[in-house]
Amino acid sequence: MMDTSLLVWIILAPLIGAILNGGIYFYHIKKKPVPELVFSIIGTGTPLIAFLITLSLFLNMVEDGITYKQVLFTWLNIDSLNIAMGFLGDNLAIFMSMFVTFVGWLIHIYAIGYMTGDNGFGKFFAYFNLFLASMLILVLADNPVILFIGWEGVGVCSYLLIAFYYNNKDNVIAGNKAFIANRVGDFGFILGIITLFFALGEVDLNFTSLEANISNASTELLLLSGFLLFVGAMGKSAQIPLYVWLPDAMAGPTPISALIHAATMVTAGVYMVARFHFLYSGIEEIGTFIAYIGAFSALFAAIIATRQTDIKKILAYSTMSQLGYMFIAVGLGFYSSGLFHVFTHAFFKAMLFMGAGGMIIALHHEQNIFKMAQHRAQLPIIKITFFIGVLAISGVPFLSGFFSKDAILAAAFQEGQYLIWIIAMFTAFLTAFYMFRMFFILFIAPNKHLENYVYTSKTITFPLVILAMGAIGAGYLNLPTVLGGEHLVDTWLAMLNSNEIHMSHLTEWILMILSVAVASAGIFVAYKKYSQFDVFKPEEETGLIGNKFYVDELYDRIFVQFSKKVSVYIDKTIDDKIIDGFIMGTCSQFISFGKKVASLQNANVRFYATFMLVGMSCVFVYLYISLGL
Amino acid sequence: MISLTSYAFVSMILFSIGVIGVIARRNIFVIYMSIELMLNGVNLFLVTFARYHFNMDPQIVTVMVISIAAAEAAIFLSVIILLYRSKKSLDTDIFTTLTQGEKA
Repeated sequence: MMDTSLLVWIILAPLIGAILNGGIYFYHIKKKPVPELVFSIIGTGTPLIAFLITLSLFLNMVEDGITYKQVLFTWLNIDSLNIAMGFLGDNLAIFMSMFVTFVGWLIHIYAIGYMTGDNGFGKFFAYFNLFLASMLILVLADNPVILFIGWEGVGVCSYLLIAFYYNNKDNVIAGNKAFIANRVGDFGFILGIITLFFALGEVDLNFTSLEANISNASTELLLLSGFLLFVGAMGKSAQIPLYVWLPDAMAGPTPISALIHAATMVTAGVYMVARFHFLYSGIEEIGTFIAYIGAFSALFAAIIATRQTDIKKILAYSTMSQLGYMFIAVGLGFYSSGLFHVFTHAFFKAMLFMGAGGMIIALHHEQNIFKMAQHRAQLPIIKITFFIGVLAISGVPFLSGFFSKDAILAAAFQEGQYLIWIIAMFTAFLTAFYMFRMFFILFIAPNKHLENYVYTSKTITFPLVILAMGAIGAGYLNLPTVLGGEHLVDTWLAMLNSNEIHMSHLTEWILMILSVAVASAGIFVAYKKYSQFDVFKPEEETGLIGNKFYVDELYDRIFVQFSKKVSVYIDKTIDDKIIDGFIMGTCSQFISFGKKVASLQNANVRFYATFMLVGMSCVFVYLYISLGL
Repeated sequence: MISLTSYAFVSMILFSIGVIGVIARRNIFVIYMSIELMLNGVNLFLVTFARYHFNMDPQIVTVMVISIAAAEAAIFLSVIILLYRSKKSLDTDIFTTLTQGEKA
């Protein structure tokens, strides 16, 4: 452990950027316009600073093998509960924040080109920086409560950004959906932290001491806590059953989709499970459960993706599918493999989204792949980088996705989880199929109307090229021994792993060849079906798969309509009839009593006289009796 | 010699007739006369006991009651005339302008 004052600046840099951008944006709309360049410099400069600090810390760590820790102040101190505003820069956190800041920075650069000319340019960068800052709080947090601050910050920013074009009602609904689905997960996460605190009793609530004391807790409570924390991960990382928000989140501008899917937000769930590796390695039942949820999510999303026609939704489902792979790995205890897939996925998924965004901009916000193919623009750089991305995600050898996915498949096979392995293999086939379906339709399928529109914004192509290099090269950081590699990432994250891949080279080769064969089969089927596809007869999103298994409708029926009915029941019956009935009933009792009293004032002189007589008689009788007169 | 009790009885009967007249009759004139009857019943009572106790104070009160009743008669009669002019009737049940509640 080494104290450092640099660690917090990784978070503060983008946070200050967000505040500055927000402030200048207010000035921009209230007083006089500020050029976009100002926002761009602040917006892209601060993530770069964060990245450089992370890099310098990383290099020091490589040299000295130390772990950084920074405690700013005590945030809460209630009896035995002591929560410090502390940040932890261990191998895992620095590894994660390295590519979060780097890919995040590239997406920021890309966003300059994408958002240029937009009225909300400054606001966009303010949110964007805040998003990155929240993610870095999450990554660098020293205790679960600070992690939860980042966790919620990411949720809020995703809401703000998905509903960025708030004039359109659909976007606002999508933003709400993302936020509400995440709240369901967050509820589980809070309960998970509380359960963990109960289970461990009086220890300092930070990861180091939690890890040291985990063996004192009862297994039942840890099981419960692990499950509840994973409910949070289900929401954040879009796994069954809380995934419904992710495809709808495509309503936001494309850089947001890239940021959510590649560097931040959805990977938070995987990261959280890895962060609590000391908890999950003790409860293998929950680990297996996580792996199964991951496997089914991967398969489910891949099946849906084969019938989608919206380019961004295909990519969204592919993200969900890849996240499923990551959960298979972390669930089975292969944390480094899972995080390695997070790492490679960040590169190629960011690139795919950026490429898609570039095409969408060039084709005037058309997102249907068949219509995009009908008006094909000349986008050479995007075409090449997109192709690399498609190859990488499909698991074609020698690209990053192949190595990381293969490690996960091997892990599932080694653990004897053959059902998961078969599902994952089949998903790999589907992945290759739907990614190449999209690629063939977009770029290869014959089309006579070729438009000579060339889109060359440096800020859009530059990040694409860098990420393309990452998508090709990132895999070599964790090259398996059988291919002459050194497992750099596995070694770096070795302290997390509760499991290691140890199988004969022959098995490893066979598995590798199998997965290559599966990927080739997927590509081949896509080639047969779509390379000569007539783009003027587009496929429709019909049938069970095209309608996404009617899950949205099912959720709508079960949860939305149910809560609506409950609300209406409470409003119309409980409030109107029972509560109002009680209050208004009391009121009308007073009114009718008042009317009865008022009827004494009937202006009948004889009646008054009688009452006067009776009253005076009563007074005299009283005086006579009581005073003895 | 007529006993004290007889005087008291007469005055009480007078007073009671007046009360019943006020309560039971609707004609304002009759009510007015009944009020006078009640006053005179009280007067008789006072005078009786003044004589009985050889004390002049009640006599003074009686004279004052008679004189105030005379003044009151002047006001009362003029009010009755005004009431008659406004509604062409002397029935007290008709004068319900100041009523509260649902009868209005």
